[in-house]
Amino acid sequence: MTGKENGMKNDGVKIIKTTTWSPGPGCHGGCGILVHVKDGRVIKVEGDPDHPWNQGRLCSRCLSMTQYMYHKDRLKKPLKRIGERGQNQFKEISWDEAFDLIEEKMKKIRDDHGPESVIFHQGTGRDIGGWISMLAYAYGSPNWMFGLSGISCYTPRLMMMSITQGDFAVVDASQWHEKRYDDPEYTVPETVTIWGQNLPATCPDGFFGHWYIDLMKRGTEVLVIDPRCTWIASRAKLWLQLRPGTDAALALGFIHVMIKENLINMEFVERWTNSPFLVRVDGEKPALIKESDLVTDGLAFNFIAHDPVSNSFVAWDSDKQAYKKKDIRPSMEGVFDIPLANGSTAKAKTVWTLYKENAALYTPEKVSGITWVPADKIIKGARIYAKSQPSALHWGLPIDTIPSTVPTSQAINHLWCLTGNLDNPGGNAIARYAYDVVTYPYHTGGAILSLPPEVMDKRIGIHDYGAIKDFRAWAQPDKVLEQIFSDKPYPIKGMWIQTANPIACTGMEPKKWRDAIKKLDFTVCVDLFMTPTAMLCDVILPAATFLEKDSLKAWWVPLQAIKKVVEVEECKSDIEINLELCKRFMKDFPYDNPHDLFDSLLKSAGITYQELTDKTWMIPPKGHPSKPYFRYEKGLLRQDKRPGFRTPSGKIELFSSWLEKWDLAPLPYHEEPPYSPVSTPDLFKEYPLILCTGRRMGPFFHSEHRQIPWLREQQTDPVLEIHPDTALKYGICHGEKVCCENWLGKITVKALVTPVIHPDIVMAEHGWWFPEKEGKEPSLFGVWDVNVNQLIPMGHEGRAGLGAPIKSMLCKIYKAKG
Amino acid sequence: MTPSNTNGLLIDYEYCTGCFACTVACCQEHGWQAPLTGIRVMEIVQDLPNDKAYLTFLPFPTELCVLCNKRTQKGMDPACVKHCMANCLTYGNLRELACELEKKPRMVLWSPR
Repeated sequence: MTGKENGMKNDGVKIIKTTTWSPGPGCHGGCGILVHVKDGRVIKVEGDPDHPWNQGRLCSRCLSMTQYMYHKDRLKKPLKRIGERGQNQFKEISWDEAFDLIEEKMKKIRDDHGPESVIFHQGTGRDIGGWISMLAYAYGSPNWMFGLSGISCYTPRLMMMSITQGDFAVVDASQWHEKRYDDPEYTVPETVTIWGQNLPATCPDGFFGHWYIDLMKRGTEVLVIDPRCTWIASRAKLWLQLRPGTDAALALGFIHVMIKENLINMEFVERWTNSPFLVRVDGEKPALIKESDLVTDGLAFNFIAHDPVSNSFVAWDSDKQAYKKKDIRPSMEGVFDIPLANGSTAKAKTVWTLYKENAALYTPEKVSGITWVPADKIIKGARIYAKSQPSALHWGLPIDTIPSTVPTSQAINHLWCLTGNLDNPGGNAIARYAYDVVTYPYHTGGAILSLPPEVMDKRIGIHDYGAIKDFRAWAQPDKVLEQIFSDKPYPIKGMWIQTANPIACTGMEPKKWRDAIKKLDFTVCVDLFMTPTAMLCDVILPAATFLEKDSLKAWWVPLQAIKKVVEVEECKSDIEINLELCKRFMKDFPYDNPHDLFDSLLKSAGITYQELTDKTWMIPPKGHPSKPYFRYEKGLLRQDKRPGFRTPSGKIELFSSWLEKWDLAPLPYHEEPPYSPVSTPDLFKEYPLILCTGRRMGPFFHSEHRQIPWLREQQTDPVLEIHPDTALKYGICHGEKVCCENWLGKITVKALVTPVIHPDIVMAEHGWWFPEKEGKEPSLFGVWDVNVNQLIPMGHEGRAGLGAPIKSMLCKIYKAKG
Repeated sequence: MTPSNTNGLLIDYEYCTGCFACTVACCQEHGWQAPLTGIRVMEIVQDLPNDKAYLTFLPFPTELCVLCNKRTQKGMDPACVKHCMANCLTYGNLRELACELEKKPRMVLWSPR
């Protein structure tokens, strides 16, 4: 670039245009920024007014980058443990020594126990998925893992969307268009339903929370579903304060009202969903009737519908995306006796008939009893959602953090399918990686390397859960933890921890994770600061922030470059670290340097990394499969270019063939949280408050930023939100220390007495530790005093191996002594 | 009588979400060390008779605010205004901003020291 393009000013300050993704702000990135550099040092970071994502704005965390990058406590050189584990006895070593040591130790584990004995452990959706899976597979281990119990962060929702509609969908806030809200193709949603997220304080996956403020200013009304009266709930047209963990019941209540009041988009449902397909109902469990059930040469992935004109049964050809008889309009409803190939007769109903019967169970009155939301508000909410055009639905983490996440996300996903708010302007748009460039693979198919099937067969959890086997490539973390202690079916000997802090953040029952890490023969932690987790490891590698590395991002749009602006001490990027080790672990590793790798990833965009760097960001053009709208009509979603969706049948599968295959209920239903006033009334007597966790504070991202003065100043201590009536009942005053306890553990935090929380619920924060306190064990930066995960169990994942009771536990509170 | 060339901030407290971008943007621009800053965010939680609370965040400049005179001399917005995530701060001539006050409810006008 020339000095002019760089905005070189007379005062020797160079201004560089780049984009964000952790480490640094911590979040899932996306913002365009202008970085001011003087004498090789970043002196200021500002929002890029020309970038369509943030349009010049920037959050407090990104504005703190100078304090983050040049913090005195930042890890600057590789460290090797020289004393007992957890005693903060480390020695600085060179990168060569560190790489040699890791190579030696990890190769020994591989030789002695097999590569599957090392777990590659990542945290939330940072700039890591591509690089850590590459390292795991170069080493030979199928055990790439995100350590949150039940993988309860977006994966359950992604899985459910993937099997229901073949693709992911997010609210269309015009992010696909360079001109944003002013693009002529765009329509501002009449209503956005915000289901369980305190948006302005969070960093939703691939989203920018403040887009909703932009939309509200342009006339969008907001319907909020949340146990707390968040800022956005206080601005809502209607706010439904539900009991944590009862979201499926509420969604089914909405569906009940929508069916009863004819608020379903029947034209869309009939044409694009599997609603006319026949389901056998006389067996043990309802099951879709397949062509192979009817005729011996039929196919198991062709389905059956009823033609009312000829009163005959017709197969849906999933390959050709057509019925085997021309111009039929199959029966949407009915009960049928259907002759099978084996000579017997089966009783069958259409999916739609079954669907209506299922929804009929969830009357507003019944749902009100489950959810605490008054029946009239449920009806009003359903009407607002279904009558608004377009209507968009944004859902948050609470949909993942319950063991019943599968039926819950299914029911909510159905709301936009039943109203036709899918891939329409201002509805829920199908979200794909821009230009199909995969920087963060969901499947092994999208990963940089691959492993043979017999090795992948050792991935932990796949023999327990079909959904873990068939969706995404992660090991199931609850099963991993179990296996570390049981050594069955094979022992775990090492852990590579990168972008993760399980002791302070992702680990439920974190003392078990501490014991697990300490049990292993060899552990490495890659991070930017010493953390409670790093403290327990054998080797610590200092990672670079996003301003100290080259990378790229496509989640979802735009496709963009992250550029190395400066170097800080001896810190290296996660990509460089992993690439160096890949070369040591794998013969003929195909990439020599990060740019070779990036060029290869960018093939589907038809550009090189250098070209992407020159442009900084790119938005897919109209007609590209990664750009909305109505792609299911245009044949842009399926590989065969036929209209329809990427599901087994090509239809939106309201009755899920995947769930049927995994032996899970194919239609949505309500399931009580494992610990609740309803499911454990005796425990509830002793622990009479519902413990919700994960209160967000904008200046912190999960367990990060507690050492950044500008950010910590905004909140110095962890808090527990308590309703004023509840505080009065327990004699607790605002600001004083309060204990929050259950049968698993206890924390002591500051009482935040506020009417935003329900009187029967308390809301805790996660991710707290104190970088300023004693680091070595037993203190571990004071993490045990405040880490609320000590009150949440591991091993309570849902029936699909997904979801965990992270936001719906029970507890009691009392004033702390002294 | 306000001289016609005095500038100030129009604060739209309907849309401030309390994200602290303004506070930190000010710290970065002026090199303030915590707890010093030129703008803070106050939170007001008011119960309403219909069972819902109304949350108001009010970003309000402190005695340290100089309205980013070095930036505004170059035609740039103050750092807080530029980075406000909710675009709820407007910098301008006080008299002109006063006219804006009439166009939309839930705003306050701030004049500097």
